[in-house]
Amino acid sequence: MQTDSTETPIIAFRDVIYKFPDGRELLHGLNLQVHRGETLILLGRSGSGKTTMLKLINRLLTPSSGSVSVNGGAGKTVDVIRLRRSIGYVIQNVGLFPHLTVERNIGLVPRLERWPADKIRARVEELLKLVGLDHAIATRYPHQLSGGQQQRVGVARALAADPAILLMDEPFGALDAITRDELQREFLSLQDRLHKTIVFVTHDLREAIRLGSRIALIEAGKLVTVLSPREFLRSKEPIAAAYIRAFGEGLETSANRGPS
Amino acid sequence: MNIGHFFLQHHEEILELTLEHLWLVGISTLLAVVIGIPLGIVSAHWPAWNRPVLGSANVIQTIPSLALFGFLLPVPWIGARADRLAILALTLYALLPVIRNTFTGIRGVDPAVVEAGRGMGMTGGQLLFQVQLPLAISVILAGVRVAVVVSVGLATIAAAIGAGGLGELIFRGLAMVNNQLILAGAVPAAVLALIADFGLGWLERALRPQ
Repeated sequence: MQTDSTETPIIAFRDVIYKFPDGRELLHGLNLQVHRGETLILLGRSGSGKTTMLKLINRLLTPSSGSVSVNGGAGKTVDVIRLRRSIGYVIQNVGLFPHLTVERNIGLVPRLERWPADKIRARVEELLKLVGLDHAIATRYPHQLSGGQQQRVGVARALAADPAILLMDEPFGALDAITRDELQREFLSLQDRLHKTIVFVTHDLREAIRLGSRIALIEAGKLVTVLSPREFLRSKEPIAAAYIRAFGEGLETSANRGPS
Repeated sequence: MNIGHFFLQHHEEILELTLEHLWLVGISTLLAVVIGIPLGIVSAHWPAWNRPVLGSANVIQTIPSLALFGFLLPVPWIGARADRLAILALTLYALLPVIRNTFTGIRGVDPAVVEAGRGMGMTGGQLLFQVQLPLAISVILAGVRVAVVVSVGLATIAAAIGAGGLGELIFRGLAMVNNQLILAGAVPAAVLALIADFGLGWLERALRPQ
């Protein structure tokens, strides 16, 4: 399995058009492939269609035409619930369940999958450690946590059933600079160990350069280009250049050199 | 004869009528909850149902209670017994607050939370029972609380069609121009309403998500 899986993309967008129910077109014929084990960044302005692309992957939305296949499956034959449970999903406003403790939030998908209780408890412990949270936090409610802690719980929850794919929608966007830096650092070390396939949405070039193995630049519902962080910095592409101007100097040093 | 003395003297009848009153209110509230919560859920999930459901509940609310008792009189089986009739009428009145608050409660759940649940692979049923209803429960209970308090008052009118309850003392007192008799019906009814209001209010706060 391992041999051909490295060649065939784990996620593939083919000529994807997405229209709102009112007929406005948001994505105009998108083609994009995500490879196993990479962190693909979707970089773009607000309203460019990045979040929509994530939701097309886990079928919260379906394309108006074209197809989005995950692990080779596309169209109506896919069991949407199965698919979603095999994909971790982290969103910007965290979306933790306010009426459930940290423990129950993290153990949600395992519980839906009817894991035995002791296995869930062990997994929650393991995940809390993985995302750098004290296990004393397990019995607290989301509103009793800081923003950074909430986001860590969000990540732990997404990783709970050990999905191969992780979708992250501006997960660190609402955090203060220091906490964001901390979490980005942890993200890199996590990815070094776990080798998930990650699709990561951001509008922050600095974050994209730091975390991405490849950056897909999205502008007004079109894919402009897909480049490695280093290529991106040297790109003559006008929109890429505009990003570099907007984010100023000193980007070079933060570029993700991959897990070498 | 002072009022306390009067209460003492008639305590058996007052107690019996209070229990009858509670029965009318209890059964009709139970029915309103069993019918109203599903209707509220349906109208929150399918916008097409929203207007007809809430609209009809609204219209029912505008019918004067005595007239509603009258309308239901010819209905077979229901019209045959006064208590059935009263329970049906009270249920119909209690529906609106229950439906409306269920609707509002479910619609009021943070969309990010619902989206996260869907994105994690919860089925519609799991989302409803594990996320939406638990988060809406205090709003729904607030509706039930309104329904109960209104029902306690309305149920006194059921005595007009012979369904019993504390209204019987009030109507008898009116007919006999006996204030003590009126109070013997009105005071326990008010106390019932207050207890129900307080108890359900406490429950509502206890179940409110932080």
